[in-house]
Amino acid sequence: MRLSIKNLPHILLIALFAWVIFGPLLNMLIWAFTESWFFPAKLPTVWGFKYWERVFRPQAGAIDSLLTSVHIAAWTVVVSLMVAIPAGYALARRSLPVRTLIMLTFLIPQAFPSVAVFINIGRIFYDIGLNGTIFGVVMVHSVQGLVYAVWISTAAFSAVDRDLELAARDLGSSPLLSFRTVSLPIAAPGIMASAIFVFLNSLDEFTGTFFVGVPDITTLPLMMYTASMEGNYQIASITALFLLIPSVGFMLVVERFLKSNVVSKIGV
Amino acid sequence: MRESRFVSMTLVAPALFLVAGLFLWPLGKSLIGAFVIEPDGEVASRIGIDNFIKAFSLYGQDVLYTVGIVTVATLLVGLISVGIGGYITLCGRPVMVAALKWLYRWPLFIPFVVVGQMMRTFLAKNGFMNNSFEAIGLIDGLTASGYLDWRGIIIAFVWKQTAFAALLVSGAMAALDRSTIEAGRDLGASPWRILGEIIVPQIKTTLMVSLILSFVTMLSVLSVPMMIGTGTPTMMTVDMAWRINGYSDYGVANALGFISMAMAGTVAWIYLKQAVKEGGQN
Repeated sequence: MRLSIKNLPHILLIALFAWVIFGPLLNMLIWAFTESWFFPAKLPTVWGFKYWERVFRPQAGAIDSLLTSVHIAAWTVVVSLMVAIPAGYALARRSLPVRTLIMLTFLIPQAFPSVAVFINIGRIFYDIGLNGTIFGVVMVHSVQGLVYAVWISTAAFSAVDRDLELAARDLGSSPLLSFRTVSLPIAAPGIMASAIFVFLNSLDEFTGTFFVGVPDITTLPLMMYTASMEGNYQIASITALFLLIPSVGFMLVVERFLKSNVVSKIGV
Repeated sequence: MRESRFVSMTLVAPALFLVAGLFLWPLGKSLIGAFVIEPDGEVASRIGIDNFIKAFSLYGQDVLYTVGIVTVATLLVGLISVGIGGYITLCGRPVMVAALKWLYRWPLFIPFVVVGQMMRTFLAKNGFMNNSFEAIGLIDGLTASGYLDWRGIIIAFVWKQTAFAALLVSGAMAALDRSTIEAGRDLGASPWRILGEIIVPQIKTTLMVSLILSFVTMLSVLSVPMMIGTGTPTMMTVDMAWRINGYSDYGVANALGFISMAMAGTVAWIYLKQAVKEGGQN
């Protein structure tokens, strides 16, 4: 493609779009490396890593929040996959009454305005002593992640060639053995993708943790929110950067995990 | 066969149980709780619409503000995502299309709370947006104002949610039979007409589903309105959080929740009615 008058409007349009997408990201990046910045300066007057050191000082709590977040996200993946793998296999392979209804049930937590629900989960958890516990937050995150876990594992099992399973059965393996040695390994990349979706969803989750975890559980998004509201833009931006890296990284490689034969079966 | 069904249901049951216990039950509690007036001293709890009366008298303006913001944001998400999909489908300049495809997905996995923080700096009086405008001579930096109000909330919502809608819309457009588009081209129709009269009618279902999901998502976001556009009026999610954290007032919070469910339900119902009507005509 050459630079010509005819292409100029297109180049300008894409450039404008790039500014819209990257402008806010760039602004955040600038704040992450700002040491001092006062109006009316257009850019920070002092750049540096001063605040990075402050964020990672043990008493700042950032490391604790990061560990809490990762801990919660890892358990959320375990809980979600433990229930989603059998469900996904059954939905993909076995005859089930009201199958569509069951599939839609997993979408419900994403398709309803959720704040009122979180408030009432908080109340129930308070009564049974689960408020402000890691377990409580993990359970809330698992329900939110189930739609990815179940839908993607269903699609992954649907994409497994049925003849391979039948061949294993013909050779005398039990249903469980053919599941463990044939279906599960073939579906593994799709299940891996769903695990990453669930992990990131939990890592980024804010509203549920706000109502169920606070003040005892501080995850990275909650720490970022607090820093931002206190006007610590450097701390907030550095924390935000840490939330962004895994998400954007995954976005760039997602196609490697989710092959099109699996994608086309999601939600079906 | 009966035994096989039993096994199947057993495999699905734990997952369903999780949704029932941790979503449907609290959802039901919330819907019922909207009509329960909590016990007050000697007076026992009772059923009534007092919570709604209180919710509207305290937050009536916020309800309208929420509807306004979410509706405008949803319409913008629809327009821009159709624009993105249309450009990808019709432009015919591979480099431009590849660039746009690479660009528009970025916000997809960026959580709302991070979008809130980014916009707090980007849209501020001295933020990157005003600085860019000033650099090209659009505004005067000293008299510039920030956008951290309803406009900021809309910008943050549209920035984040368009990626999701555009992903579904451009996917649906890519799956279309191209012969109708080529036929339109051969007859000399402009790209705008092809987009509006040939492409969009064929992907209407996908567009509507993505817009309804976007509407509900934006209705449920707590972080963005808490971080951008603080003060009054504000969005209903912020009021709900305030009723709980400030007053432990579950009645009014649940009434506000009921109202937002009703909004989401209305949008879904309008869509379903339309879909049934059109299904009947075909």
